[in-house]
Amino acid sequence: MKIVVCAKRVPDSAAKIRLAADGKGIDPQGVEQVISPYDEIALECAVQLKEAGTATSVTVLSLGPKESTKDLRKAMAMGADDAVLLIEDRPFRDPTATSEALIEALRELQPDVVFCGWKAIDDDSSAVAGLIAAGLDYAYASFVVKVEGADGGLRVSREVEGREEVVMVPTPCVLTAQRGLAEPRFASLRGIMQAKKKPLIEKPAGGGENASELVSLTEPPARAEGRIVGEGAAAVPELIRVLRDEAGLL
Amino acid sequence: MSGNVLVYLETEGDALRKPALEGLGAGQALAAALGVECHAVIAAPNAASVAAAARPMAVTAVHVIEHADLASSLAGPHCRAVKAAAAAAGAEWMLFPATILGRDLLATVAGALGAGIAADATSIDVDGDAVHITRPVFAGKAMQIVAAKRSPFCIGLRPNAFAVGADGEPGRVETHELAASGDAPAATIEEVRAPESRDVDLTEAEIIVSGGRGLKGPEHFHLIEELAAALGGVVGASRAVVDAGWRPHSEQVGQTGKTVSPRLYVACAISGAIQHLAGMSSSKCIVAINKDPEAPIFKVADYGIVGDVFDVLPALTAAVNEARG
Ligand SMILES: Cc1cc2nc3c(=O)[nH]c(=O)nc-3n(C[C@H](O)[C@H](O)[C@H](O)COP(=O)(O)OP(=O)(O)OC[C@H]3O[C@@H](n4cnc5c(N)ncnc54)[C@H](O)[C@@H]3O)c2cc1C
Ligand SMILES: Nc1ncnc2c1ncn2[C@@H]1O[C@H](COP(=O)(O)O)[C@@H](O)[C@H]1O
Repeated sequence: MKIVVCAKRVPDSAAKIRLAADGKGIDPQGVEQVISPYDEIALECAVQLKEAGTATSVTVLSLGPKESTKDLRKAMAMGADDAVLLIEDRPFRDPTATSEALIEALRELQPDVVFCGWKAIDDDSSAVAGLIAAGLDYAYASFVVKVEGADGGLRVSREVEGREEVVMVPTPCVLTAQRGLAEPRFASLRGIMQAKKKPLIEKPAGGGENASELVSLTEPPARAEGRIVGEGAAAVPELIRVLRDEAGLL
Repeated sequence: MSGNVLVYLETEGDALRKPALEGLGAGQALAAALGVECHAVIAAPNAASVAAAARPMAVTAVHVIEHADLASSLAGPHCRAVKAAAAAAGAEWMLFPATILGRDLLATVAGALGAGIAADATSIDVDGDAVHITRPVFAGKAMQIVAAKRSPFCIGLRPNAFAVGADGEPGRVETHELAASGDAPAATIEEVRAPESRDVDLTEAEIIVSGGRGLKGPEHFHLIEELAAALGGVVGASRAVVDAGWRPHSEQVGQTGKTVSPRLYVACAISGAIQHLAGMSSSKCIVAINKDPEAPIFKVADYGIVGDVFDVLPALTAAVNEARG
C-alpha cells in the first residue's frame, strides 16, 4: 500500500498575522513557517502504518514556495521515504486550482491512499481533500481519528458531531486527519541525517485557472475595548447587571 | 449570471438543523440581491415528513429526496441528491452549512460539478455582477474577500454568522429520485458509537462556558458544567485541558479545535494564548474570569472579573440561576 501525504507550508499557529501593504497577502517578516498541524498528524499516521507493515511507502507532496523543501526534509526526517514539491508560481491560488495541481501530481504517483489534513490552518478551507477525492473518483473519509489495515482497504474511525463512526474505506481513497489520530514525533538526529539523502523532486505546479479571485485581505473587525468589572465573587452582581443591561443577555 | 440559488438543508432526526435555517436566510438574501429564485433541498430517509413539519419556507421550491442511503453522514449519497436538485432548480449558486457533513458535501459537490468553491463564509455580498464572499482565514486573524469567477459556484456558510431565514409563502414541493452510485467503490459505515447524550455542537452553540488549566483537574469541571447549565449553554475547553485528558477533544476551542462565534463566551481560568483567541474572538460577547490581571484573555474580553474561579464560579452560577428565575 502506497501512501501520499499532502502537506502544506503555513504560518505557525503562534504567528501574529500582519497584512502586506498591497492588501493581498501577509507580511512574511518574522513569521515562522511550518507544516500545517493536521498534515503533520496525517504524516505521523502514515509513517506508523509503514512501521506496522500496512503501508509500503510514504511520499510527501507539497505545493508551495521553494522554501517548502525545508518542510519536506523535515517530513522525510520524520519517516517519509521521498518527497515531491510543486513549485508555486502564482500570488494567489484557490482550492480549485490547488486541487487540480495536486491531482495532476497524484495521477503520476498512483497512490493507494492520499492522506490530507482536515484543513490547512492558513486558508481554513477544508476543501482540497474533498476536491481531490471527487477529481480522482477515490473513496473518501474525513475527520479520521483512527486507522487500521483491513481487507481491501483501511478501517477508520471518524469523529462526527460527537459520535464515533467506524467506516470501511476501500482503496484507492482520500482520508483527512483530525487531532487524536497520532502525535507527530520529533525527528531523530539519525532521521535528519538520512533525510538529506532521500529523493526530493521539484517541478512547476500545474492546475487550471482559479475559480475565485482574491479581492482583498483585511484585518478582522476590531473588538470594542473591554473592561474589568471588579474583583472576586464581589464582582458578580455587577457582571450580571452589565450582561443584562448592556449586552442584552440573560 | 442568471442561475438560481439552491440551499442544502441539513436535517437531524425529524427536524432541520439550525445551520439549515441560517442557510435559508443566506440563500434568500443572495437570491433577492441577484434577482433569481431561491430553492432548497432536503435529502434524508424521512425528507418528506421533515419538509412537511418545517416552518413555511419562503422559497420557490423545496426539492425532496428520500432514500435509506441518506441516513449516512458520508457525503456520497447526499452529493447525488444535491446534483438531482441542482439540475431541477437550475441552480448556479449552492449553499452548504460548514458542519462536518456540510464541509464534505461542499467539496464533493463542487468537485463533481466542476464548480468553484468558497468555504466557511461569514458574509456574501452582491456588488453589481460580482458576488463577493468574506471568509475568516488564519483562524480569524485576517478576513479574506474572494470574488466568484466560475459558474456554478458552491459556498460554505459558517454557523452563527447568518440570520435565520424568513418564514413565508411556502414554495412547491418537488420530489426526485436518488441516482444510483457510480462504479468506484465507496466508503461504508460499519458501526456508529454514539455518546449517551449529545450536547449542541460547539460551533452552533449560542452560549459557551469554557474552562482552562487553572481549574487544576477534571474533578473541578462541574463548576463549568453548572454555569453552562444555568446559562443554557454548552461546555468548551482550552487545549491544555484537552491534552491533559480532562475533557474530550470535541470540546476544544481554538486554532486546532473548534472555531466558535456564540452570543456569549465565558472563558474561565484560560490564559488566552493566541491559538485559543483564534478560535473564539469572533464571539459576540466575551467574559473572562482569571486571577491574573495581566492574562491576555482580558485583551479580547468585553467584561472581566479578576479573581479565583473557585470563588467566582459558584457565586456566578447562583446569581445567574436567580436572575433567570
Ligand atoms: C500548533 C498549536 C496549536 C494550538 N491550538 C490550540 C487550540 O486550538 N486551542 C487552545 O486553547 N490552545 C491551543 N494551543 C495551546 C496554547 O498555546 C496554550 O498552551 C493553551 O491555550 C493554554 O491553555 P490554558 O489557558 O488553559 O492554560 P494556561 O496557559 O496554563 O493558563 C491557565 C490560566 O488560568 C489562570 N488561573 C490559574 N488558576 C486560576 C484560578 N484558581 N482562578 C482563576 N484563574 C486561574 C492563570 O492565570 C492562567 O491565565 C495550541 C498550541 C500549538 C503549538
Ligand atoms: N498547497 C498544498 N500543498 C499540499 N497539500 C495541500 C495544499 N493545500 C491543501 N493541501 C491539503 O489539503 C488539506 C486541506 O486544505 P484546505 O482545503 O486548504 O483547508 C491540507 O491539510 C493538505 O493536506
